[in-house]
Amino acid sequence: MADAPYRAAPAEALRIEALGELTAIFDRRSMQTHLVVAPMPELLAMMGETPCTAATLAARLAERFDLEGEGDAVAIVAERLAELAALGLVARA
Amino acid sequence: MRHGTRIAVGPVQFRIGSDWAAPIAALNRLYAAYPQDDARPADATVRLFAARPWRRVLRPSVHIGGDFVVPDALPLPLSMGLLAAEMGMNLQVALGWRRHMLLHASAVARGGRALILSGESGSGKSTLAALLGEGDWRLMGDEFTLIDPADGAALAFPRAVSLKNAAIGEMAARVDAARLGPLLAGTPKGDIRHLIPRADAIAAMHEPVRPALLLFPRFGGAAEIEPMGEGEAFVRLTEASTNYVALGEAGFAALTRLVRETPAFGISYPDSASGIALVEQIWAEAAR
Repeated sequence: MADAPYRAAPAEALRIEALGELTAIFDRRSMQTHLVVAPMPELLAMMGETPCTAATLAARLAERFDLEGEGDAVAIVAERLAELAALGLVARA
Repeated sequence: MRHGTRIAVGPVQFRIGSDWAAPIAALNRLYAAYPQDDARPADATVRLFAARPWRRVLRPSVHIGGDFVVPDALPLPLSMGLLAAEMGMNLQVALGWRRHMLLHASAVARGGRALILSGESGSGKSTLAALLGEGDWRLMGDEFTLIDPADGAALAFPRAVSLKNAAIGEMAARVDAARLGPLLAGTPKGDIRHLIPRADAIAAMHEPVRPALLLFPRFGGAAEIEPMGEGEAFVRLTEASTNYVALGEAGFAALTRLVRETPAFGISYPDSASGIALVEQIWAEAAR
């Protein structure tokens, strides 16, 4: 499967509040509240304004964290991106 | 409507109309000591009406109506008109109120700080609040607590306490009989008897207080205290709020603030006395 780029929701659309181990995200466009755990908030923060592929994000993650079994990282990030897309927090660019 | 009354509970002004005199008389007795302001416009309207005009006499059965109607609300026999009125009042507030975030929770206050108890029906939150409200706490409400989105304060909604089943005997042994309503036996929720809150609770019902402790009681099992993280408290309170979604971002902001600023615990308790002891212990150790 091609590593399709995703774009994060514009920053002004989301209100993100860390609540201990959970992070609550209010989406002003849908008025929905999403409750997510790591690494979802980190991924969103890392995406910024520009479209990103899972490979780009996995590489950025690897710069900041010691990733064990780096080979899986791209596949895992791709899965998380698909989940964020299902919530409407990222979209295919 | 042939009969009617107006009742102010906390910030909500109700207008209640009925096809029959009895439920209105019963309400007027329960709410006799509440402040009256007939000039204020009503926030919520409750109507108790006969399904067909002739049913008013032939086989009286109360339907509940108002600004919001739940389609499958069952008609109740006239002997339960008071219960129908209470259900109607709860329904109008739960579905229609927008000025505050509404939590399905009981609350008591002491020294300008509030203890909020949230739980399912049967968790004992009403009984605990009613018992605390007979001691040195001010009863804020046994069913709903309102949170002001502007400043995070808790506001009271001290309707007449709806005592159920075993709680009836427990409270009847402690309070003046004049503070109890008629026994409503065999309702869909079991036996119910209303308790008029103490005069000090009614007099102070407009005074906002700062939330200091959130408890999620569970009746049954050994006495146990479990600290609860902000995330879990948030999830539980979204479920306990009847208007969280309707409030949009204001509700989100009010709730994140509440769980961040207020310590939260789950408690289990085998009987009321241990429940009260646990509450006092946590209040002394952890309330902010």
